Amino acid sequence: MSTPLIRVDGLTKDYVMGSNVVPALCGVSLDIAAGEFVAVMGPSGSGKSTFMNLLGCLDHPSGGRYWLDGEEVSQLSGDELARVRNRKLGFVFQHFNLLARTSALDNVGLPLLYSAMPPSQRREHAAKCLAQVGLAERMDHHPAQLSGGQQQRVAIARALVNDPQLVLADEPTGALDSHTSVEIMALLQQLNREGITIVVVTHEHDVANFAGRIIGFRDGRVIQDHANTPSDAAALLA
Amino acid sequence: MNFAATLRIALLALRVNKMRSGLTMLGIIIGVAAVIIMIAVGGGAQARVEDQIRSLGSNIIMVLSGSMTSGGARGGIGSQPTIFEDDAYAIGREIEEIQAAAPTLRGTGQVVWGNTNWSTTFYGVTPDYLEVREWSIVEGRGFEPAEMSGAGKVVLIGQTVAKNVFGDDSPLDQVIRVRKVPLTVIGVLERKGQSMTGQDQDDLILMPIGTARKRILGAAQAKSRSVSSIMVKVREGADMNQADQRMRELLRQRHRLQPGQDDDFFVRNLSEILQAQEASSKVMSLLLAAVASVSLLVGGIGIMNIMLVSVTERTREIGLRMAVGARARDILTQFLVEAITLSLIGGAVGILLGVGGAMAIAELAGWRTELSGSSIVLAAGFAGAIGVFFGYYPARKASHLLPIEALRYE
Repeated sequence: MSTPLIRVDGLTKDYVMGSNVVPALCGVSLDIAAGEFVAVMGPSGSGKSTFMNLLGCLDHPSGGRYWLDGEEVSQLSGDELARVRNRKLGFVFQHFNLLARTSALDNVGLPLLYSAMPPSQRREHAAKCLAQVGLAERMDHHPAQLSGGQQQRVAIARALVNDPQLVLADEPTGALDSHTSVEIMALLQQLNREGITIVVVTHEHDVANFAGRIIGFRDGRVIQDHANTPSDAAALLA
Repeated sequence: MNFAATLRIALLALRVNKMRSGLTMLGIIIGVAAVIIMIAVGGGAQARVEDQIRSLGSNIIMVLSGSMTSGGARGGIGSQPTIFEDDAYAIGREIEEIQAAAPTLRGTGQVVWGNTNWSTTFYGVTPDYLEVREWSIVEGRGFEPAEMSGAGKVVLIGQTVAKNVFGDDSPLDQVIRVRKVPLTVIGVLERKGQSMTGQDQDDLILMPIGTARKRILGAAQAKSRSVSSIMVKVREGADMNQADQRMRELLRQRHRLQPGQDDDFFVRNLSEILQAQEASSKVMSLLLAAVASVSLLVGGIGIMNIMLVSVTERTREIGLRMAVGARARDILTQFLVEAITLSLIGGAVGILLGVGGAMAIAELAGWRTELSGSSIVLAAGFAGAIGVFFGYYPARKASHLLPIEALRYE
């Protein structure tokens, strides 16, 4: 097998609170291959969110090493991490994090502002991504004019706009009803089939069940890591 | 990320919060307008002083007769006729710093024309007088050489005299009587307005010096050729003090004064007095501008305040921007550009308001205001500088946020 998309080796993260050092992650080592759909599970305080932030290059690890797409990113500076996030990663958040009073199209195009893409192509590309998530008709709507599910679709389109290798979704269905949740998971499964590696953080088994691999966290350690036969979200909807 | 994109992001963010952007700008608008109006008002006051200097004529030195002491009572200036017409001609001829020296003989009298009359001051002068005072004739003509040498019965009248004696009639070629001597009006002088002491400079008539001496003031004056004063104009760029000094020396020599003996004349440098007044009005306008700058400063602090609030309020937005690839530098630039845009737009509106306000003050209050291009440039530059200065701290604060903490901020 070729080099995995993600390889972490002995990854640790400690938070310093006053004179106390609180370990949040105590030596995590694992590989994620390109094209996988992984669910990261665990109760709150298990370290799954910390792990996610490290995978997303949003934070520096206290120890250990992290290779993303063959590049060791654990030693990169803040600006270089910003570049990695911009080129290789897409984020989907629980609360969507869309810019208010800004059109869906402009929200989707946001990452492109920080990329090298010439302005003339940005609009076109953002529109294409919106169409991909089924919102071609809502380009000029503001987040407040969209339903929760539609907002999350806009956020997913934003995560896709830079053609990332990895999409990280942090509780993507946490703010949605169950039917809409399945719709969003169907969308993520579809993107995965198109070749994008997806890592979803969740505490719901129903959601994790759509993934092909489930990694369980507890007290900063991986306690389980097994393959899963994913249920097909699209079939559930039909 | 290029500058155009940053600018677009900043403008978008400002448009999203129209009300807040407007209120923030208000501080800068008021500050810039205040600076421009105050500088205009101060400039107007200064221009008035400068006008007075101009109406007196620039670089003027007055030479006055000395005082006489008789029986213990000391007379005032001019109580003794000690300066003469020839002194004036000698000054004009022999001192190179002097452009012109005009002897004047002063007197008062009633001007009578038909059944109207007016009490005014008359001066016996030479054509040099008009040159020294930079005074032009708006109607008619000046004195001709024959009239100067032959004590011609001609007169130039000031605007006030023209108005009070002739009303709407044309004064030209009319014959007026001064102390019963008939004089033909050959010209009307340009309006000078008030002097710095509030004296009406247009309330006078001018006649050839010989006419005043022989025909009006009478025999005593006719013999001595003494004059009331000599008005001297120093050449542009020449040293006033040196001219003053050389003039004193010349007069002492002509009056045969021994070393140690007091001058028998007085020299008054009028321009100096006016220059002092000009300096004080400059201080005044500086003070006004300084007070106005304080309001500009307060406006700047307003910008900082709002930008700080904005950074806190938009913490999640900043986190998101960082998550999708914005570098610290991009965030810094965005907020800095927002602050500068606010202050520049505020500055532009403030300039319009300031120019309008200065005009309105001139119109409504009747104050003189002088709008200067430099004050507008200064205010605009200051507004921009305030944007940078007060926008930098909040922008830096925003750029130093950690992406995960910013994203989690509630």
